[in-house]
Amino acid sequence: MTMNSGALRATSQTSALVSVLFVAFVGAALLFTAGLAQSSTLHDAAHDVRHATGFPCH
Amino acid sequence: MIQKMLASALFAGVVAGLLAALLQFAFVQKPLLLAEEYESGALVHFQGVAPADGSHDAATAEADQAGQDATAQDAAAHDADSHEHAGEEAAPSSLKRNALTGLFLILVYTAYAALLVAGFGLALVYGRRIGAREGLLWGIAGFAAFQLAPALGLAPELPGMLAAEAGARQVWWVGTALATATGLGLLAYGRGPLVVALALALLAAPHLIGAPTLEGFAGVAPPELAAIFAARVLGVGLVVWAVLGWTAGALWSKETATA
Repeated sequence: MTMNSGALRATSQTSALVSVLFVAFVGAALLFTAGLAQSSTLHDAAHDVRHATGFPCH
Repeated sequence: MIQKMLASALFAGVVAGLLAALLQFAFVQKPLLLAEEYESGALVHFQGVAPADGSHDAATAEADQAGQDATAQDAAAHDADSHEHAGEEAAPSSLKRNALTGLFLILVYTAYAALLVAGFGLALVYGRRIGAREGLLWGIAGFAAFQLAPALGLAPELPGMLAAEAGARQVWWVGTALATATGLGLLAYGRGPLVVALALALLAAPHLIGAPTLEGFAGVAPPELAAIFAARVLGVGLVVWAVLGWTAGALWSKETATA
């Protein structure tokens, strides 16, 4: 019984960690797109925001 | 758990992004647009006194004494001028430009919110529940990691500033943000002198390494303009990050209250 609940806790911890990694990845990808990607269309669209939020621009 | 995290992040990101847009148009956009006039050459700053409102350059200062009308006409002329000069292709309308700015502010702060909430989730794995109050502290720490610490090496750039190669600056920026966030996290939640030493090393390292810079100075805008721009960017950043952290923390504690 104890072992089972221990295993159960370990599984839910693993799935929680997977969720954490997934959401962190989504955030990082979004941040890269909005703030760092050098594609000129993206750069022009995000120009004022990059300057105004302290990203290196140009 | 993923759904709860994404819901908190999205809502907090939109709230913070809208606030950021409001503050941007109230405080930051004016010096930014004025700097573009110096960048394009529509305004020229040279030895002498440049007008603070950017309505005319020093060469027309005398004409301006004729009265307000001249100033207004001048402003209109410069406005038209700068659009011509600035144009890579046709200059986009300011409505479209500002709409894109609002949209990207929401994107940026949603991205930051996702990173914050991922941090909340990690804290929960270790049995720490984050509420609005902790969220506020996380938000201020996020500001320190993503805006203040990078600004120590790479001050918020006014349009027209010359700087080192963009790729190298981005690498330093990302490294500084990661090191500062990790350092602050260790200081807040770590135990023992070794962890504290590691945290301090992480906080100091980016600044000991130093940001990529140019040998000289070649800015065309008045230093006063660059100074007020940098100060406002950081001030607005602190306010928005504080609201972002508080909102994300409040939503997160609600989402996880039932779990």
